[in-house]
Amino acid sequence: MSAIEVIPVDRYILLSTILFTIGVLGVLYRRNAIIIFMCIELMLNAVNLLLVAFSSFLSDSKGQVFVFFIMAVAAAEVAVGLAILMMVYRNSKSTDIDDLNKLKG
Amino acid sequence: MIQLVYLVPLLPLIGFLIIGFFGKKLSNSIVGIIGSGAILGAFVVSLMIFLELNSQPLKSVTVDLFSWISAGNLSIPFSFLIDPLSSLFLLIITGIGFLIHLYSVGYMSHDEGFSRFFAYLNLFVFFMLLLVLGSNYLIMFVGWEGVGLCSYLLIGFWFKNTAYNNAAKKAFVMNRIGDLGFLLGIILIFVTFGSINYEEVFSVAITNHPNTPVITAITLLLFVGAMGKSAQLPLFTWLPDAMAGPTPVSALIHAATMVTAGIYMVARSNILYTLAPFSMEVVAVVGACTALFAATIGLAQNDIKKVLAYSTVSQLGYMFIALGVGAYTGAVFHVMTHAFFKALLFLGAGSVIHAMSNEQDIRKMGGLKSKIPITHITFLIGTLAIVGFPGFSGFFSKDEILAHAYEHNKLLWFLGVLGAAMTTFYMFRLYFLTFYGKFRGTHDQEHHLHESPKSMTIPLIVLAVLSIVGGFVGIPEVLGGSNLLEEFLKPVFESSSFYLPHHMEHDTEMMLMGIAVSVMVIAMCYAYVVYVKKNTLPAKEGEELKPAHKLIYNKYWVDEIYETIITKPLNFISEALYKIVDNQIVDGIVNGTGSIVNKLSGGVRYLQNGNIGVYIFLMVISIIAIIATRMF
Repeated sequence: MSAIEVIPVDRYILLSTILFTIGVLGVLYRRNAIIIFMCIELMLNAVNLLLVAFSSFLSDSKGQVFVFFIMAVAAAEVAVGLAILMMVYRNSKSTDIDDLNKLKG
Repeated sequence: MIQLVYLVPLLPLIGFLIIGFFGKKLSNSIVGIIGSGAILGAFVVSLMIFLELNSQPLKSVTVDLFSWISAGNLSIPFSFLIDPLSSLFLLIITGIGFLIHLYSVGYMSHDEGFSRFFAYLNLFVFFMLLLVLGSNYLIMFVGWEGVGLCSYLLIGFWFKNTAYNNAAKKAFVMNRIGDLGFLLGIILIFVTFGSINYEEVFSVAITNHPNTPVITAITLLLFVGAMGKSAQLPLFTWLPDAMAGPTPVSALIHAATMVTAGIYMVARSNILYTLAPFSMEVVAVVGACTALFAATIGLAQNDIKKVLAYSTVSQLGYMFIALGVGAYTGAVFHVMTHAFFKALLFLGAGSVIHAMSNEQDIRKMGGLKSKIPITHITFLIGTLAIVGFPGFSGFFSKDEILAHAYEHNKLLWFLGVLGAAMTTFYMFRLYFLTFYGKFRGTHDQEHHLHESPKSMTIPLIVLAVLSIVGGFVGIPEVLGGSNLLEEFLKPVFESSSFYLPHHMEHDTEMMLMGIAVSVMVIAMCYAYVVYVKKNTLPAKEGEELKPAHKLIYNKYWVDEIYETIITKPLNFISEALYKIVDNQIVDGIVNGTGSIVNKLSGGVRYLQNGNIGVYIFLMVISIIAIIATRMF
C-alpha cells in the first residue's frame, strides 16, 4: 500500500473540492488578472490532485499519465497567458480586468 | 444598293449618339449640320433603294443582318424587308424628316436645349425607320415602343412646365394601353402561326385559311395598338395634348410619321385583315366615327395647333376608313399626301407662332397676310390641299378613299363627306382668322412681326410644292391618269385584292367627286362669309356659349369623362390599396418583424456589457448548469 492510500479517498475529494471552489471563487471575485490566472491554475491542480488520488486507489496509471498532459498544457497556457498579460499591462498600465473593455461597442 | 439598307437607320442612330454624347460641347451650327446631315444621308440612300426597287423585277427583298433571338424553336433574325410599302415610308420619313430638321435649325435656334432636341429627333427617326423596315412583328414592336419613348421625350421637351410634363405622361400612358393590345396580338400570331416573320405568317394565312375567330382576335388586338398610336377613338385624347411639344415635333411625329405607324401596321398586315371581315368593319367604323368626332371638335378650337391636331386625328380617321373598306392603296396614298400638307400646315403654324412671339391663340392674330407673305402663301396651299381642292394632293387621296367608302357602304361615305365639309370649314376658319381682318394682338407683338429665316421658309416652300404635286402619283383613271401609286404598291396588296373585288362605274365616281367638291366649296364660302365678310370673332374666354357650341368647345368633355370613370376610380383604388394594404398590412409586417427583433435584442444586449467578470460568472454558472443537467 503506497503512501497515498494512507489517507482515505474522501479526504482527497474534500480537499480538491475546497481547492477548486477557492479557484472558482477567486476567478469570480478578484479583479486582478494575475490572481485570476493563479486561481485557474489552482482549479487545474485541484483536478490533478483528484486524478492522482483516484489513479492510485484504482491501481490504474492512466490517471497519472493524464496529469502529466494537464501539467504540460498548463505550462504552455501560462507561457501564452502571461505574455498576453505583459502586453496588456504595458498598454494599459493595469491588470484590472474591469479596465479591459476597450472592445465594447 | 438594297443590301446597304442598314445605313438608313444607322445614320440617324450615329447622329443621335454623337449629338447625345457630345452635343453640349459642340456649337449649335455643328449640331444642326450633324443632325440634318444624318437624315439627309438616310434620305439619299432611301431614294437610291427606291429607284433600284423600281427598276428591278423582284419587288420584295429581305436583307438579313444577324440572328437576333434564337431560343428553342423561336428564331428571330434581325432583318429588314424592302418592298414598295416600306420603301415609300422610308422616303416619307427621311424626306419630311430632313425638311423638319432643317426647319428646326431656325425654329429652335434660341432654345437652350438645342442639342438635346436634335438628339431626340434623330433617335426618333431611327426608331421610326426600324418600325417600317423590320421584317417581322418584333422589330416593328421595338420601333413602335421607341417612337413612343421619343414622343414622350419630345412632348415633354420643355420639362420645366408641369402641364407639358403631364401631356407627355398622358401620351405615354395612352400609348401603353394600345401597345398592350399590339403585344398580345403579336403573341397570338406566334401561337397561331409559329412565326412572326411577315412572309411566313402571310403565306400560311393565305394557304391554310386558319379559323376566322383567331384571325379576328389577332387583327382586333393589333388594331387596339393602332388605335393608341394613331389616336383613334377612344384613345385619341393624347394627340391634342401632345401639341405641348415644340412645333417641329408636332409636324414630324404627331402629324407626318409616328401617328401613321398604325396605318402602316394595318396595311402591312393587310392579308390578315382581309381574312377577318369583322375586323375590317370595326376599323372602318372606328375610323369614320373618329373622322367625324374630331372634325366637330376642330370647329370650335381657338389654339392654332389644337385645330391642326384635331384635324390630324380626323384625317387619320379617313385613313382607317380606307383600310377598313379594303382600299389599302388609298390609305397609304393619304398617308403620303397628309404627311406633305400636314407637315406644311404645322410648320406654317410654327412660323406664325414664331412671328407672333409665341402666341398660339387665333383670336389674337389676324391680318398677317401681308406681314409674313411666304408663310401665308404656303399655309394657303396646305389648307387647299387638306380640304381637297381639285388639283391639290389632298383632293386625289381623299377622293380615292371616299369612292371606296361609297362602294362599300353609303353611310360611311356620307359620314366621310360630312367630315370633309367640317374640315373645310374649320381649316378656312383658321386660315381667315389668322391671315385676314385686322391685327388683334398686342402692340409689342405687332412690332415684332417678321417673316421667318430662310432655314424655316425653304422647307415650307418645298412642302408646299409637294402638297401640290404629291397627288399626281395617284390620279384616278376617270380623270385620265394612270394610278402610278396603285401600280407601285400592287405587289404588297396583291393577295388581299384577290378577296376584295373593286370595280366602279366612271359616272358614279365623277358624281361622287362632284358632290365632294361642291360640298367643299359651300363650306369654304360659308367660312368666308362668316369670318371675312361679317368679321365674326370666336367667343372670348369665359363668355356664355350655346349648348352645342359649348359641347364641342369643351371637346365633348371626353377628358373629363375619362377622368371620372377611369382615373378617379383607379386613383381611389390605389389610394385605398396604399393606405390599407401597403401602409397597414405590408408595412405592418415588415416594421413588426423589425421591431420584434429590435426589442428582443434590446433585452439581450445587456449581456454583452464588456465586463469580463460578468462573462466569467456566466461561464461558471453555465458549466455548473451543464454538469447539473448531466447528473440528474
